Amino acid sequence: MTELPLIGEAVAAPAQLIGAKIGVVTFPGTLDDRDAVRAIRLAGATAVPLWHADTTLGDVDAVVIPGGFSYGDYLRAGAISRFAPLMARIIDAAHSDARLPVLGICNGFQILTESHLLPGSMIKNDHLKFMCRDQVLRVENNTTDWTRDYAVGQEITVPLKNQDGQYIADEKTLDALEAEGRVVFRYVGFNPNGSRRDIAGISNATGNVVGLMPHPEHAVEAGFGPENGSGTEGLGFFTSVLNKIVGDTK
Amino acid sequence: MPRIVVDVMPKPEILDPQGKAIVGALPRLGFTAFSSVRQGKRFELTVDGEVTEEILAQARNAAETLLSNPVIEDVVNVEVVEA
Amino acid sequence: MTETSTGRTAGTATETKKFNIDTVENAAKTPDVELPWAELGLKQNEFDEVVKVLGRRPTGAELAMYSVMWSEHCSYKSSKNHLRQFGEKVTDEMKKDMLVGIGENAGVTNLGDGWAVTFKIESHNSPSFVEPYQGAATGIGGIVRDIISMGARPVAVMDPLRFGAIDHPDTARVMHGAVAGIGGYGNSLGLPNIGGEMVFDSVYQGNPLVNALAVGVMRHEDIRLANASGKGNKVVLFGARTGGDGIGGASVLASESFDDTKPSKRPAVQVGDPFAEKVLIECCLELFKGSLVDGIQDLGAAGISCATSELASNGDGGMEVELTSVLLRDPTLTPGEILMSESQERMMAVVTPENVAAFEAVMHKWAVEHSWLGEVTDTGRLIITWEGDVIVDVDPRTVAHDGPVYDRPYARPEWQDAVQADAFTGSVQDAGRPSAPAELAAAITELVASPNMCDKSWITNQYDRYVGGNTAMAFPDDAGVVRVDEETGLGVALATDANGRYTYLDPYHGAQLALAEAYRNVATSGAVPMAVSDCLNFGSPEDPDVMWQLAEAIRGLSDACMVLGIPVTGGNVSLYNQTGSTPIHPSPVVAVLGKFDDVARRTPSGWKEDGQAIYLLGTTEAELDGSEWSNMRGHLGGLPPKVDLDAERALGEILINASRDGMVDSAHDLSEGGLAAALVESSLRYGVGARVALQDVLDRDGVDLFTALFSETQGRAIVAVPRSEEIRFTDMCTARGFPHLRIGVVDAEGGTLEITGVETMNLESLREAHEATLPKYFG
Repeated sequence: MTELPLIGEAVAAPAQLIGAKIGVVTFPGTLDDRDAVRAIRLAGATAVPLWHADTTLGDVDAVVIPGGFSYGDYLRAGAISRFAPLMARIIDAAHSDARLPVLGICNGFQILTESHLLPGSMIKNDHLKFMCRDQVLRVENNTTDWTRDYAVGQEITVPLKNQDGQYIADEKTLDALEAEGRVVFRYVGFNPNGSRRDIAGISNATGNVVGLMPHPEHAVEAGFGPENGSGTEGLGFFTSVLNKIVGDTK
Repeated sequence: MPRIVVDVMPKPEILDPQGKAIVGALPRLGFTAFSSVRQGKRFELTVDGEVTEEILAQARNAAETLLSNPVIEDVVNVEVVEA
Repeated sequence: MTETSTGRTAGTATETKKFNIDTVENAAKTPDVELPWAELGLKQNEFDEVVKVLGRRPTGAELAMYSVMWSEHCSYKSSKNHLRQFGEKVTDEMKKDMLVGIGENAGVTNLGDGWAVTFKIESHNSPSFVEPYQGAATGIGGIVRDIISMGARPVAVMDPLRFGAIDHPDTARVMHGAVAGIGGYGNSLGLPNIGGEMVFDSVYQGNPLVNALAVGVMRHEDIRLANASGKGNKVVLFGARTGGDGIGGASVLASESFDDTKPSKRPAVQVGDPFAEKVLIECCLELFKGSLVDGIQDLGAAGISCATSELASNGDGGMEVELTSVLLRDPTLTPGEILMSESQERMMAVVTPENVAAFEAVMHKWAVEHSWLGEVTDTGRLIITWEGDVIVDVDPRTVAHDGPVYDRPYARPEWQDAVQADAFTGSVQDAGRPSAPAELAAAITELVASPNMCDKSWITNQYDRYVGGNTAMAFPDDAGVVRVDEETGLGVALATDANGRYTYLDPYHGAQLALAEAYRNVATSGAVPMAVSDCLNFGSPEDPDVMWQLAEAIRGLSDACMVLGIPVTGGNVSLYNQTGSTPIHPSPVVAVLGKFDDVARRTPSGWKEDGQAIYLLGTTEAELDGSEWSNMRGHLGGLPPKVDLDAERALGEILINASRDGMVDSAHDLSEGGLAAALVESSLRYGVGARVALQDVLDRDGVDLFTALFSETQGRAIVAVPRSEEIRFTDMCTARGFPHLRIGVVDAEGGTLEITGVETMNLESLREAHEATLPKYFG
């Protein structure tokens, strides 16, 4: 495995990593797109801005659908964005043989569930308020494209901030997710929104599509993220997918 | 069990951001027949027993005071439906 | 609120149908038509002045424009003569970093490296009482558009809030609505909320104060001004459509006290669409990036009236616009109503003909509606037509800048002496002052659980403080800190402060104390204070007592800015904050902006490292009048703490140097709640306690333990100094002649706050008391 550059040090990224291109989709109302771009850059790859109205994904090796309030979260969170032209390309690419890695964060997760790339849905937090806090998550599955740099059982602290973050699905779906190991992250210590079975993030069956409500892209730089822990415990998402890309193209 | 349905809509002269976003999305999916969308709220109040005039009056009162914000919303309908 | 039929006649009776409008020609021919100028908020002398300026009666549309633009809210007619001091009491030192001063949408300050910062604080008080959610939400929207219209990318917001008594039934309504509105709108814009204030006091029961601050950054070359220059350039309105929102709001809501007996003319509430605003932000930034607009102005109070008249009068010529080109949400609006509408999320810009196509491409990309209204002329007149007929023909300066100015009578209130003579010490409410160790511990616990001193995370957890990835510090630290340049770490710090009780006791010094505290907060974080913005919330200027408070506060603030060497770059005045004849406490909210060369050097307020030395900087006097302690005991009288601006400046330099040279790991300013509050807050920040002994302070300053803990003497801070830095730090204080005493050590093991003479306090119990208050009242 290639050694990754350290944060804050002027170490040139290994050539394979610089060559890795990760797209970041911006919808009208997307908020955390620049943060996702920063996280990708800090992980050593090249971020490629994608516009919701684009009709092609270009040559990106993975896609991040960042957080925000696309279309104001009007109607339902993610409901209108799901029909963007680029989403059709992303859905195709995620299902293709190449199994494009796709990460949906917060509003991105909501868009992925509205797109049926991931099962279940998000409803308003059980306490009915927007909540912003540093949240501890337990990594339940480190075989997905976005979690391979973590250890199973590892606890990480990343910010959580949302209004409609309560993950729900019917019991059958929840049982299936558990049985197939597709619950990727669980809330630890405190369930901030009433999510079923403390689920914070899930994946599709092939592990290339992952969605979660908390924000790993806000825990990639010490001093600008959570105060507990290193403050950079979200970086593993981006290094994971880089290692996956590099491994696949080696 | 009978229910009283209360429909609340944003006042016509008040901006409805949600309706505006939806009407913008419809033509992108090929639904071109609709020039305007306004999004309201529907409440269902379940009543144990018969809906008397007094209960209905209570529902109207609740609709005006709690379920709607009279500054920006109108109660457009209060009706009884059987379950 | 109810809608009445009178709401349809914002212009004149002849204007209710589009096909029968009041033209300039008609006005000249029919001088005797009765106009509803009084209903629109104009006084007789003001209406007479309009007639004199025009040389004829105004048309309905002109009347609408003058009435909103000459309202207190837009014209500052009662405060203007006093506000001049902010422009006059300015030294060359204060001007050196000021790129744009008072008068534009917001002032601009040079940050170096080609960066500039713009910030401004504004009120949205009356609307937030009528409809707390939308009032607070649109308050954020408005201030953010002010920042965009300077050419800046908004990077953070803050919200100082003042509500009625915490246990009054209506307070929960305002609290829930305003906090949800700030969150609902601000969170959707992708702007971190980095701080603010929350004060409960029954004086704000019918007049809550919802102030909003926004800060934005830009490269020097991107600074934009609100002017329309260059004959033939196009005038465009873009963003949301124009509806009946807030018609009459500018004059009725902001200039007259909200009164149940008076029917409103229309639902005087603006509904915000944060999604539209977010799109507007990105769209404007793309316009700036491509240099596609020459002048730009946001639409806030007084809507198109304000935008057209300000753009035209700040430019070098005139402007001609066709009002039927305005895209409407409500097609029944009359010309007067269109001119007065306060529909949100709209901007007006001036575009050269060669940039029209590129401008339209940006609109198309972001799916933002726009309409070309007209063009810049060289006539010096603002001409507005309706299907070609002239309905407005005015000198724009008379609308935008040359409104009435009043020298309102003012005099020191008769009651002021009695209030100042009524000191807390020795008063009835001072009976049974705590002195035994258990009493003092109970008093400290009661203090940090009190409504004004309790933990505010119930509020701040509803705001996104992370978005943008540049928040280096936020609530509950002394200042919010945002990185501007990711390469160098260049950044800004912001703090807002006000103390209505101090200002009630002594408006001149009370306003200075607000500035001193905001200045101290910024310096405590390690930033160099650079500029000031103020939001002056007062009662009715027609009351000579209130007018005196306002005059004194402005005089005090402008004098203090001179001493501290930082200029006021913008702000806002909110008057008529009173219920009946009872005004709020005079509440000048002062925001100070500071600069960091590298935000990595910021100093947090909490202790972390075991064994670090805790120093108290500054001396303590017996100053309990107006304090949180006296407030908890129901007393308000005497004189506020003394102001010593030279000491504030000296303290600031020590804190800034200590931060830059890595001499302190934590710093927290002493203000409301005194040393007691600061010690608890520094302990609870990271759950790390301390062992403190104050005997040296008591001996040096001649005060008792209670006074040392609860006095609110200014110019003080506590810092935690690593052992390795102690000599360097104390040498610096000594060299600068600044009083400093080692009062304790950080204790990471005990989980307690120990103060000699006070029963040991368990941090968990303190935290429980500190955090329980807001959830108890608000769920």
